[in-house]
Amino acid sequence: MKTKIFLFLFILPLLAFAQDNQTTADSTHLFDFSSVKDFKVTDVGSDDGTALFVKWNAAEGRDAANLLRLYRETMDDSARVILADSQTLSGEFLDENLDRAISYRYVLVALDSLGNETVGRMETEYVSPKVNFFKKDKLLLLIMIFIYAGIIIVLVETVKKGKVLFVRKISGLDTLDEAVGRATEIGRPVLYVPGSSTMSDIATIASLNILGPVAKKIAEYDTRLIVPNRDPIVMTVAKEVVKESYSEAGRPDAYNDNDVFFLTDSQFGYAAAISGIMTREKPATNLLLGMFWAESLIMAEAGNTTGAIQIAGTDAVTQLPFFITSCDYTIIGEELYAASAYLSREPLLMGTLKAQDYFKGLIIVLIVLYFIFLIISSIAGGDVAILNKILEMIRFIFNS
Amino acid sequence: MKFVNFINQLDKRWIYLVVALVVIIPFVFPIGCPMRITPPVQSMYDYIDDSIPENGVLLIGVDYDPSTMAELHPMAKAMTAHAFYNNVRVIFVTMYPQGSGMAQDIIEKTLTYWNSANPDNQRELGRDVTLLAYVPGVSAVMLKMGEDIPETFNEDAYGNKIEDLPVMAGVNTYDDIDYMVELAGSAVVLSWLMYANGRYGLTMGIGTTAVSAAEYYSYLQSGQANGLLGGLKGAAEYEKLIAEHHGFEGRRDASVGMDAQSAAHVAILLLIILGNIAYFIKKKKEGR
Amino acid sequence: MFTRRTLPLLIAGFFGITTIIQFFVPHPVSKSYYNLVLDWMIIVTAFTYLMAVQSTVELHTTKIKRKVEGWQYSLIVLISLGLTAFIGVFGGAFVPSTFLMKLIPAFKPTSTSPLMYTYLYMQVPMQSTIFSLLAFYMASAAFRSFRARSFDATMLLVTAAIVTLGRVPLGEFIYKGFPEVVEWILKYPNMAAQRGILIGVQLGIIATSLKIILGIERKYLGGGK
Repeated sequence: MKTKIFLFLFILPLLAFAQDNQTTADSTHLFDFSSVKDFKVTDVGSDDGTALFVKWNAAEGRDAANLLRLYRETMDDSARVILADSQTLSGEFLDENLDRAISYRYVLVALDSLGNETVGRMETEYVSPKVNFFKKDKLLLLIMIFIYAGIIIVLVETVKKGKVLFVRKISGLDTLDEAVGRATEIGRPVLYVPGSSTMSDIATIASLNILGPVAKKIAEYDTRLIVPNRDPIVMTVAKEVVKESYSEAGRPDAYNDNDVFFLTDSQFGYAAAISGIMTREKPATNLLLGMFWAESLIMAEAGNTTGAIQIAGTDAVTQLPFFITSCDYTIIGEELYAASAYLSREPLLMGTLKAQDYFKGLIIVLIVLYFIFLIISSIAGGDVAILNKILEMIRFIFNS
Repeated sequence: MKFVNFINQLDKRWIYLVVALVVIIPFVFPIGCPMRITPPVQSMYDYIDDSIPENGVLLIGVDYDPSTMAELHPMAKAMTAHAFYNNVRVIFVTMYPQGSGMAQDIIEKTLTYWNSANPDNQRELGRDVTLLAYVPGVSAVMLKMGEDIPETFNEDAYGNKIEDLPVMAGVNTYDDIDYMVELAGSAVVLSWLMYANGRYGLTMGIGTTAVSAAEYYSYLQSGQANGLLGGLKGAAEYEKLIAEHHGFEGRRDASVGMDAQSAAHVAILLLIILGNIAYFIKKKKEGR
Repeated sequence: MFTRRTLPLLIAGFFGITTIIQFFVPHPVSKSYYNLVLDWMIIVTAFTYLMAVQSTVELHTTKIKRKVEGWQYSLIVLISLGLTAFIGVFGGAFVPSTFLMKLIPAFKPTSTSPLMYTYLYMQVPMQSTIFSLLAFYMASAAFRSFRARSFDATMLLVTAAIVTLGRVPLGEFIYKGFPEVVEWILKYPNMAAQRGILIGVQLGIIATSLKIILGIERKYLGGGK
């Protein structure tokens, strides 16, 4: 209501002012609306029914002599809203935040050199915005998801039928057993840091997936496992993972709820506390797996000083150099996501791992194709229609 | 040979001592090296200068805690002052409880400086600048802001209702914000890029620690962010820009630290060279 | 078994699939569902902090009870936790609360609140100190690892030297072109390597998400299988 009053107060003097000056404007110049054609309003597709698109073009051979003003009108309200002023005879306007229960029409009027409205107007028919059920511009993305999910399902089925898939050696993961064994030998605990991020980070989930088998192994060896956390949700999940793994190993009695705990949500406070644990408890093995940022080196160096075996893994590219320098083994990027399948060799997980590779292969092929066509196109002078079309297509796929 | 052995088995603590000395000494005897502005800093500065209209809105994400404030605080202060010079409203938001204290500190210090330097053009909390209340949920909060900002926060950090604040007038979703600069030393920057920029199309710039800066070049190149301040050097460059173009005379925290940083970098390089010389001498001896 | 495995998997699958569908449907109903889910997420996150407090209190009380080595530190943790919460609730966040100002008239509306005081004069120096450790650790790590052992290592060494110098004003002082060379290194060779890892990582993220939604990956619910 407030807006309506405001608009009314704002437009009233404008209209009054325009009326006063019309006589002078009329006498000097009258705008010929035939120089504007195709003044149309259309519904904006793929939206929640709140936008309309207005467009108008200049008739051939006409130049702009006047400034055009675009108004919006509704059927049940005489007040009109100024939307835009256009210097040229062609123009477009995206009108957003509309109500789909109301019908709108758009009006073009011409202004004279003094900025006053001239007589005559051009209007569109009444249209109301329509609600859509699907974002058409995201269709390709949906197809991609289906292709990816399809590859996963096919490969999972193949593996289920008994086909053995090859997975290359990941030395960081192979050493996990050895590292846990060493802790048992010297009777010191294993420290497992599930990263500094929250559950919404997939690296954290990947880390918790590795925690399961590691905790099981530790329970079997009867070694102590310490899991400090920075996020309360991650802590809760970690507790469950460790508890379940201990039960599965047949050692539910060995599980100590206080060994999986919350430290602090401060990034560097967390790093400091972990360095403290490393110095005091002197774990034989430090596993730093998950998402890390600037604090990574503080933990890794502290562990390096105590002489523990350190296995680190993260998909944070900028932290990899620090881990490579200070840790014995580093699991790089997507190896972290492969870990779950690699450790368990479960057919379902192996299938998805392979699917990931195939999809990556597809992306590489597209990149290489783009590169080749780009080179050919530049050799050919850059204006070969078919080449441009192909390049545009690949760009479209990546943009989606 | 004794020296070569000493270098090859150098105790870490000697390195720590050298680093401590080269950082402290330049603070006492500053050199004042000249500095050139790098393109990512210039483009962020230009965007704030040219593309935000008068009375426009700059959103600053303060998602860092005291640990990384040495690098990120000077950026926030310089940017707030820059917005004041251009009559742009500044809204601070944080996804972490510790960020609230940081933002409060920036607001207080910048307002104090500005109001003493410009007595006839005062800035006021709630009218020209504010800090939104902390709401837990990180990615959920970012997404919710894209739908309805007043409904996400209800009030600012000082307990005032959003609808009563002149600084928040007309700010309902990301569409009403002209630019956002996210300051953080963690991956929360990526969440902002994915959700606020990717999903809602908010124009963004990034300010991050030197350690993490290299990671964000890909987002700069892809146009998801249009500017990048990396570490103390990025902040110092920004301070230089507002001092040169707007006559900023406040404390230039980052520029003060530039000499120490230069000295530390050179010291580390010298250590590496020394280490390599000792390594080769040893290798040659053993080869014989 | 149902509440521990099947139900969580069903919930994960339901919200995963509906959120994907929601992304493709612009209808207002889909929008309000999305808003509802976001509100739930915010509310649930707020309550998880209670679990954090519970975990901290329980861990340190046990340590004190059992008098494990260094139990005195646990006492400090608990006292700090209680004290911070107390002054935060009764003393106000940024400015002193009316309650505090009535209790101690020395506190004016313009003075710093006790919570902000502890933040500025205790947390800030403590956390800054931890961050500054990075400089020392980085120097020692660089000294240890940067040896020209092979051709690759030499390349790494030279690149690192250029970037280290080019990122500070002194580098510019030595050779004017340093910053441009550094920008080039960061923009091209660095980017090429990073993009390769990033593409793999992103695909891994999509695959892991799909595995969780489809219930293929369930180790995060606990257990080795």
